[in-house]
Amino acid sequence: MLQQIIDRRLAGKNKSIGNRERFMRRYKDKIKDAVRRAVDGRSIRDLERGEEVRIPKKDLSEPVFHHGQGGIRDMVHPGNQDYVRGDRIKRPQGGGGSGSGKGQASDQGEGEDDFSFALSREEFMQVFFEDLALPNLARTQLAEVPEWKSHRAGYSSDGTPNNLHVVRSLRGAIGRRLAIGSGSRRELAELEAELAILKAAAAAGDLTAERAILPLEAKVEALRGRLSRIPYLDPIDLRYRSRVKTPMPTSKAVMFCLMDVSGSMDEGRKDLSKRFFILLYLFLTRHYEKIDIVFVRHHTQAQEVDEENFFHARETGGTVVSSALVLMEEIIRARYSPSEWNIYGAQASDGDNWHHDSGRCRELLAEKILPLCRYFAYVQVAEEEQNLWEEYTHLTESCRHFAMRKAVEAAQIYPVFRDLFKKEGKV
Amino acid sequence: MTHPRSACCAPPQGGDASGPAEPDPRRPLVDSGLRPLRGPLPLGKPAHRLPAPSDWSFELIDQYHEVIRHTAQRYGLDTYPNQLEIITAEQMMDAYASVGMPVNYRHWSYGKEFISTEKNYKRGHMGLAYEIVINSNPCISYLMEENTMPMQALVIAHAAYGHNSFFKGNYLFRMWTDASSIIDYLVYAKNYVAECEERHGLAVVEEFLDSCHALQNHGVDRYRRPARKTLAQELAERKDREAHAQQQVNDLWRTLPKAAEKAGVAAEAKRFPDEPQENLLYFIEKNAPLLEPWQREIVRIVRKVAQYFYPQRQTQVMNEGWATFWHHRLLNQMYDDGYLSDGVMIEWLKSHTNVVYQPKVTDKGYSGFNPYALGFAMYTDIKRICEEPTDEDRQWFPDIAGSDWVPTLDAAMRNYKDESFIGQYLSPKLMRDFRLFAIHDDEKQSELEVAAIHDDSGYRRVREALSRQYDLGSREPNIQVWNVNLRGDRSLTLRHFQHNDRPLDDSGQEVLKHVARLWGFGVHLESSNGQGDVTKRWHVPAPAQG
Repeated sequence: MLQQIIDRRLAGKNKSIGNRERFMRRYKDKIKDAVRRAVDGRSIRDLERGEEVRIPKKDLSEPVFHHGQGGIRDMVHPGNQDYVRGDRIKRPQGGGGSGSGKGQASDQGEGEDDFSFALSREEFMQVFFEDLALPNLARTQLAEVPEWKSHRAGYSSDGTPNNLHVVRSLRGAIGRRLAIGSGSRRELAELEAELAILKAAAAAGDLTAERAILPLEAKVEALRGRLSRIPYLDPIDLRYRSRVKTPMPTSKAVMFCLMDVSGSMDEGRKDLSKRFFILLYLFLTRHYEKIDIVFVRHHTQAQEVDEENFFHARETGGTVVSSALVLMEEIIRARYSPSEWNIYGAQASDGDNWHHDSGRCRELLAEKILPLCRYFAYVQVAEEEQNLWEEYTHLTESCRHFAMRKAVEAAQIYPVFRDLFKKEGKV
Repeated sequence: MTHPRSACCAPPQGGDASGPAEPDPRRPLVDSGLRPLRGPLPLGKPAHRLPAPSDWSFELIDQYHEVIRHTAQRYGLDTYPNQLEIITAEQMMDAYASVGMPVNYRHWSYGKEFISTEKNYKRGHMGLAYEIVINSNPCISYLMEENTMPMQALVIAHAAYGHNSFFKGNYLFRMWTDASSIIDYLVYAKNYVAECEERHGLAVVEEFLDSCHALQNHGVDRYRRPARKTLAQELAERKDREAHAQQQVNDLWRTLPKAAEKAGVAAEAKRFPDEPQENLLYFIEKNAPLLEPWQREIVRIVRKVAQYFYPQRQTQVMNEGWATFWHHRLLNQMYDDGYLSDGVMIEWLKSHTNVVYQPKVTDKGYSGFNPYALGFAMYTDIKRICEEPTDEDRQWFPDIAGSDWVPTLDAAMRNYKDESFIGQYLSPKLMRDFRLFAIHDDEKQSELEVAAIHDDSGYRRVREALSRQYDLGSREPNIQVWNVNLRGDRSLTLRHFQHNDRPLDDSGQEVLKHVARLWGFGVHLESSNGQGDVTKRWHVPAPAQG
């Protein structure tokens, strides 16, 4: 009997993917919540990885009819130690006996309240982008690396004429001509030598030699003809410079996160600001090799802090926005020369500013900061328009690399960057 | 601890042309073509030691398989042809997640299953099944890539010869399963569901499947005991056909005044169905007034898949025990013949020992009986009773004590299910070895009572209690279709018949919503105690149409 062993290892991987998709679809809300929480908890730089999602077991259960507690049950157990018939035992609390008697009852429970599973990086980002209502074009831009650098990678036998390498091609042609013609040439040399001998003999009056000369000459002619027909340059000789494209994030960038931390900025507003910063950061990571982030927070005074303090420390007091802009400019002068760094600014505020200060902010931006920046985005995380908003509005008309927007929920953030992404789309 | 898990598929209860052919329930249990098991025939040629590296290769698997097959044949194990397939751990998880089927329709719950399997596997909470075996013809056994050669040998002996011969021999499988058509039916089911999703939308189909799954355990004919109820079955079948015909003409729901008047008083008093029906999904498929044809077909698919697994659920102890007994027997025989080295023996014996471990009730990890342990112990014990009977055995098992063990074991495998197998063969010695004791738990008493232990006065009671524990009928609530309000609001009434006054869990309310979705009108559920008095009621109004 012929026995069958079938190797299935290469076939049918990921058969369950359709089931997983259906599962994810069903628990979309839960997954969104988890992603939202993860974004709150994570550092801006640390966004792009998967996440553990927990779903309460009871939400997942598929109901079936089953017995409840109570009634009369007879159960057999193994491992009797010292019971005899008629002994009375206290009823175990918490339904201790409920699992027994049914072989499969506690097979998978493990006593956990939650069902948890890991969201892959791709799935995580997908949900995150969905939350921000990113259009597809921007998503693909964020998902892939758009900058390519091509560099040489030897020679190849096909390519475009402008990449033709003449020396290489001709060198190949010489080799080919030598190789193909060598047999014929050797034969020709032999025949010519023979012909010379015959001619000498014919000159001496040898008739047989004279008769042999003609056919030999014909042969020599034929060989010469064949040799001359070897092409000087053949398509197979052609060599092209080969260039390959490798993804290349261009040089370095610095991103300034400016945030108002005065008393009016509550957690919700800070969270919104964080998403705003994350989006800019994600955008920058696609384009730059090295990104510095500078966190500047301000109330009446500005201060450079680390990320932890930036998002989580609370301050109170009034607001003088210009202090942050002044500090930003100082930092640029001191550490980030605009000739070396691409400078991006992102400012988040609730728009509440000391009213004499707003005009100064506009001046600072227009004269000192915007000329140094590649892009500056301002998001106001509150609805009411105050004088800062009005002053900034003047700027949008004159400067193309300045963007501003009001956002009271996450989906409204993306439009702030619309120009930034649009520009990339055209490149 | 790693447990081999096996999944097998039984084809559906037949009927319509769309499914596999219906097995004839009156088919004789032992047909003339069967050879009984026998003691091992002598080894034809002298044995040669098989190479025993820890990594497997296709040639090695082939060599081992050849010897295992030969050894199994010497015992007369009758199997379907075998098809061994090598798969990866991930594929094993795939198979696991879709209830062991190589192909199945898509549903989120399988995705959930996959995720939790994967998680547990990655955390090391569980080893994967070393094997999944599918009751098909040829019988497909999965060998996992990660296994060592001795483990592959164990799996081949366990799955390809143990389970395989059980599938082919046991009466429940013989009666319900048509091994050759199962895969085709599942492919059909998968495509059909996918088509429905395309036509009616993912969400609609998913909701509907959810509802069907909620009643999955009530989609089988549970009390159909063919050996005893041949006549009843005939009647049931006729009734099925009638129900079908009724559905065709929609007679049931006819509201023509003439018919209603004629039926008049009688219709008021008469219940429909005349007798309670246990197969809820079947009843819904045939009688639910609002279902569209595709919905009826999905109900049918779910019902049939549930029916495939019914023999499996009733023979857990027997099936696993049989496979475990035979891998143990075959590999030991091969060792005695000189095929296997000591190293190979140690390796498979180690996992064998893990598999047949039975925690005691006082142990932390105790979760009821391990079917491998109980089954293996029982078959081994039957062999002992045949070969070395004690006086006690002669008294308890006069028919088999001292008889030839192989045919005796064969008969025990063929003609029983867990409930009757334990009732018939659990010996006093085994009860002592396991130190079994029965607990009587009456809600009305403040304490549990030890009803019987492993002593002379208790053997029968312990055995009876354990046997009943494996009766699916008492493990799952008995819920039947009781009445349909034909002339009024068309509501459906289900009745729960309490077994030993055990109440229904309140999650029943959730299930009832699913029933209402399937039925299309209001649904009532009554729970009645032993005296026939209704003690509790649930109600779900008709789902909103639209």
